[in-house]
Amino acid sequence: MSVRILLLLFLLMTCGVRAQGFAGLGTDAEGFSVPEPGRELVFPQDHGPHPDFRIEWWYLTANLKDENGADFGLQWTLFRSALRPTAGKGWSASQTWMAHAGVTTGEDHFSTERFSRGGIGQAGVTAVPFSAWIDDWRMTSLAAPGNDSLSALRVFARGPDFSYDIALTASGPLVLHGDNGLSVKSASGQASYYYSQPFYTVTGTITLPSGRFTVSGRAWLDREWSSQPLDPDQTGWDWLSLHFDDGAKLMGFRLRSRSTDAYTSATWIEPGGKTTAYGDGVLKMTPGRVRRVAGRDVPVEWRLQLAERDLDITVRAINPQSWMETLVPYWEGPVTAEGSRRGQGYLEMTGYE
Amino acid sequence: MIAAGFAALLSHWRYRPLQLLTLIGGLALATGLWTGVQAINSEARSSYSRAAAVLGQDTLEQLQSDSGGPIAADRFVSLRRAGWLVSPVVTGDLRLGQNRVRVMGFDVFTLPRGAAPIGLSGNEDIAAFIGDGLVLAHPDTVAALGDTDLNLRTSLRVAPGDLMADIATAWSLLERRDFDYLLLAAEQPGGLEPLSQIVPDLRRVQPDAQGDIARLTDSFHLNLTAFAFLSFAVGLFIVHATIGLAFEQRRAVIRTLRALGMPNRAVVLLLLTEIVLLALIAGLLGVMLGYGIAALLLPDVAATLAGLYGANVPGTLTLRPDWVLTGLAIALGGALLAVWQGLWRIARLPLLAPAQPRAWAMASRKNTVWTTLGGLVLLLAALLLAWFGRGLTAGFLTLGALLLGAALLLPAFLSLVLALGARASRSVMAEWVWADMRQQVPNLSLALMALMLALAANIGVGTMVSSFRYTFTGWLDQRLASELYVSADNEAQAEELRSFLAGRADAVLPMRSLEVDIGGAPVFVYGIVDHATYRDHWPLLESLEDVWDRVAAGEGALINEQMYRRGGHRLGDRIAITPDWAEEIVGVYSDYGNPTGQMIVQHDRLMASFPDIAKLRHAVRVPPRDAQALAEALVDEFGLPPGNILNQADLKRFSLQIFDRTFLVTGALNIFTLGIAAFAIFANLLTLSSMRLMQLAPVWAVGTTRAELARLEMLRTLALAVLTWLLALPVGLLLAWVLLAIVNVEAFGWRLPMHIFPAAWFQLLAMAVLAAGVAAAIPVWRLARTQPANFLKVFVHER
Amino acid sequence: MLLTLRDVRKSYNTEGSRVGVLKGVSFELDAGQHLALTGESGSGKSTLLHLIAGLDMPDGGQIRVSGADLAGMTDAQLAAVRRGKIGLVFQQFNLIPSMTVAQNLAFHARLAGKLDEDWNAELTERLGLAACLNRYPEQLSGGQQQRVAIGRTLAAKPDLILADEPTGNLDEDTGDVVIELMLQLVSDVKAGFILVTHSTKLAGLLHRRLHLTHGLLQ
Repeated sequence: MSVRILLLLFLLMTCGVRAQGFAGLGTDAEGFSVPEPGRELVFPQDHGPHPDFRIEWWYLTANLKDENGADFGLQWTLFRSALRPTAGKGWSASQTWMAHAGVTTGEDHFSTERFSRGGIGQAGVTAVPFSAWIDDWRMTSLAAPGNDSLSALRVFARGPDFSYDIALTASGPLVLHGDNGLSVKSASGQASYYYSQPFYTVTGTITLPSGRFTVSGRAWLDREWSSQPLDPDQTGWDWLSLHFDDGAKLMGFRLRSRSTDAYTSATWIEPGGKTTAYGDGVLKMTPGRVRRVAGRDVPVEWRLQLAERDLDITVRAINPQSWMETLVPYWEGPVTAEGSRRGQGYLEMTGYE
Repeated sequence: MIAAGFAALLSHWRYRPLQLLTLIGGLALATGLWTGVQAINSEARSSYSRAAAVLGQDTLEQLQSDSGGPIAADRFVSLRRAGWLVSPVVTGDLRLGQNRVRVMGFDVFTLPRGAAPIGLSGNEDIAAFIGDGLVLAHPDTVAALGDTDLNLRTSLRVAPGDLMADIATAWSLLERRDFDYLLLAAEQPGGLEPLSQIVPDLRRVQPDAQGDIARLTDSFHLNLTAFAFLSFAVGLFIVHATIGLAFEQRRAVIRTLRALGMPNRAVVLLLLTEIVLLALIAGLLGVMLGYGIAALLLPDVAATLAGLYGANVPGTLTLRPDWVLTGLAIALGGALLAVWQGLWRIARLPLLAPAQPRAWAMASRKNTVWTTLGGLVLLLAALLLAWFGRGLTAGFLTLGALLLGAALLLPAFLSLVLALGARASRSVMAEWVWADMRQQVPNLSLALMALMLALAANIGVGTMVSSFRYTFTGWLDQRLASELYVSADNEAQAEELRSFLAGRADAVLPMRSLEVDIGGAPVFVYGIVDHATYRDHWPLLESLEDVWDRVAAGEGALINEQMYRRGGHRLGDRIAITPDWAEEIVGVYSDYGNPTGQMIVQHDRLMASFPDIAKLRHAVRVPPRDAQALAEALVDEFGLPPGNILNQADLKRFSLQIFDRTFLVTGALNIFTLGIAAFAIFANLLTLSSMRLMQLAPVWAVGTTRAELARLEMLRTLALAVLTWLLALPVGLLLAWVLLAIVNVEAFGWRLPMHIFPAAWFQLLAMAVLAAGVAAAIPVWRLARTQPANFLKVFVHER
Repeated sequence: MLLTLRDVRKSYNTEGSRVGVLKGVSFELDAGQHLALTGESGSGKSTLLHLIAGLDMPDGGQIRVSGADLAGMTDAQLAAVRRGKIGLVFQQFNLIPSMTVAQNLAFHARLAGKLDEDWNAELTERLGLAACLNRYPEQLSGGQQQRVAIGRTLAAKPDLILADEPTGNLDEDTGDVVIELMLQLVSDVKAGFILVTHSTKLAGLLHRRLHLTHGLLQ
């Protein structure tokens, strides 16, 4: 398949909160629904797809260690993109699907991707019982009746040179970002619906060319959907999710713009799940050491400051070469945090040319 | 010093513009024809590889149904859900008005990397491709289709005659809901359940790296290349002769330059620079000429390839750097090849060696013995190759050895004939004319060899084409015995069609076929019912006893000559069609114009093994006078689209049309080659004209007019052309035999009987005489107008 | 009178200007008379010879061979005169390279239709060419070549023989032998003879001598 075609096809998908205008999306939301303040998110329905919105994703990242204490990072993402607001049927359906999977070790990084049209059963998401899949990759609910369906999951993916199969159990509640789940993405008001399940503990296996590893650790699931989440001026973004050793968590992002200062946003999550949203400028993200990755200069070290929480940490990539060799390439990999707090998490950076 | 020296050397051309014209013209002509043919070849090859690469057919394995039928849509999804990276393709022929196109539907999401890109750009395009039924087609196809309901978009990446669309679009066009095959991505994840367990009824088919078309058309292109090379060689004769003389004539200048202190190395370098410059100029002209020739011939080549091989090549030419550069390189290489001998001599020239243009020209005379010996050896080699050689290459080597050997024998042949002529002559002038011609032979031999090659090629190819056409016409009558060929659009319509025809036709013969892979090559298996149509008409070459009874009983198969020869089969051999079905060969039939293997078995036996073959096509027997009426009834009463009915007469006309266009190209190349040979004669005569004065002056002085001398000079040239033709005749016929009995069999798999058409020989003789006459006209005219003073200089000046 | 020249003029175009070569030459030659024509290089003696032979046409004046005026003759008529009445011997390139010595010897006589086999055989004998009859000119020495040329001319028994420095390309000894032989043979056939030469010694052997200076007879 032509790289160019798919690149264009999935421009839409990769332009979200974490996929800001780096892929050039500035189209309007004509015909699609747009996020509105005051809408209450309803579960389990909102775990499922929202076809009247242009884009949506189920985005899981995990920080794991094997029995010898070696670090692993793991990513499983399913993107949905609607070509047009009308539904269509079967092979003419207007929904399209793309998925990315990645595994990172201290030395290696593996990534692969899948594509499908909607309407034929090759890929899709159902809310009840919860299941998200494309080809043989899947994320299915193992939750007991009565519990939130995302509270227990099994996740599987494989590529030409790796595969993983993990079980996740959530030890905390779902977390809504921004204003009760409405996350604003720019000064001019673009927004998305955005919630997470950051409290997973994970066990499972990862199979790599070097062998089979039994791993355990923590994971974070992001759910987000929108129709026009970015400002045409925005060129890329840097996004972080961090699990601190004391149980607190932080989600933060920084949207880079051609003409104005970067737009930042953050959510502080207390160990019990209580959240505090911080608007533009409160979180300070300063790029540090730059490394040459896939022919580009990418900052693989960051300084994060959140004065409200006496936070001043340095975040470093476990593997600076965590480059996703996908059609729309980007940097995505596990990180460690040191400084006023210690912890681990995931960093994603896009739009570095 | 260098600049002055260069100017002195270059000034030669100002005094001899005709020589310059000959040099550049000869090289440009040679390069032109070569480049033209290369341009055609490269255009065709690029479209083959494009066609072979469509949807990754050249690199990707496929999954196909064992039964020959389609694959249900949900099987694709189950395979994907099982982890197998497969991608569906649906393909089928579609009739749009008068046009027939191939629709290729594919899935943009799963098409593996490495499959051909299709030329979409922008989000809108993809949305349109998937949602709005966008159809991509080559501009030629779009133009041919004219107004349609299709949402057509031109793309140069699509092969002519193809429509590329999304699965959903293709389905609605073809009225299908299934797939023809699934492409398997080259790299699959590890640990998958084996395909043989998930889909035991689907088989893996290996990719076709080269594409059938490229393989089949190889010999056609080899033919073109051989022709082009012949022309180029003829052109080099011209260049060699001209350059040699130009060097010789400049010895005085070179001597002076060296006497004035210019190092010999500098002189050689200057001459080298000069030839490189001239070659580049000639090469550029040649490339332009080649572009013209290619543009002129390509539509016919495209028609040939489409007709003969079903290969789609656009009729328009793209300027490709590969053949432009090759053209320049071959012009340069050719010029250097022609000049190196002269340069070598100059590099070793003693400072005061006298200029000897006469000696230079005469040197070739001594070579005649060696040339003749070489010719005999080559002819012997041709004989051995024809006897023992196997394969297409051996066939072409035979051709090459035969042609070159005959060409080398030409001087000896001419000398012999002329000596006999001299002996037979009574008058002293006749005696002189014969003797003088004989003396001319070594000087003209290169040009005459060129003419001989051109004539022999002409006779050989002409005989082959005519034999082919003669046989082909007769064969068409046998093969196309049914009056009408009718196809339905779907099975339901086919059923109705059969009952509609039941009362109206003498017989309705089902035409069922399927492509299978036998021994790595595609073979079309046809199922027939027992009928007099086959028994009475089928062009059997060899058969066992009771051949038709055996086929009718389902106990034997007929195969075409191609398959028979290629497989080295014998009657009675068994051929496995599927792992559990083999048939005995009971007969072999001729199948001209078809590049692939073919097999005929009993209808029910075929359907038993491949129950899902589409039952759409039928041959209909009616009394010939009723055929037209029945065809009209099928359209008016039954409502069949007119395009679904082919009548025998149209089919024959169409077949012959394709045939004739095929060989139009060969004919055009023949004429070009002849033209180049004529130019070689012209160049040679012109080169020799100053030397001729010395030979003619004594005859003039003792009492002959200039007009008489000119007349004899023309007569001599024409006589040499006639004699050359005389030798070309047997060589050409031998060539035809090699083409028909060796090259054709190796290239196409069939052997044709040779028919002889003497009228064409005399046409060619007329052309040869005309070409020689035109070539000799200017030199002879100059001779007739030579001032007596110029003749007298012969006697007065020291030369 | 075998040959009559009256006020013969000839000039050539050279680089845009006309250069007079012959500026009014008149003389007569009786049958059987031998005349030496001498002069400096470029004095016009070769040109004069060519005009007499009908190989070129004068700009003015009259040339009569056996009473026939060459002026106004067609190419074909001139060729007939050369064939029937005149014999030519040049300094070089006299022979037809594609024919054997025997063929060359008989060529002119056969062309003129008056081949006399006995005379031909005698000539061959006297010229010492019997051994090389089947050779080609290029296989002969210069002296032999010139003997063939002389033999060819005499075989046709022309009324007038014109020779332009026939020994110019030969060494002196060979030249003397060739000239002596030639004079004998010319006398035997009773032909008029004009010999163009720059050698006074040679000129002295002939009946008459005319000297040409700057296009005029002295």
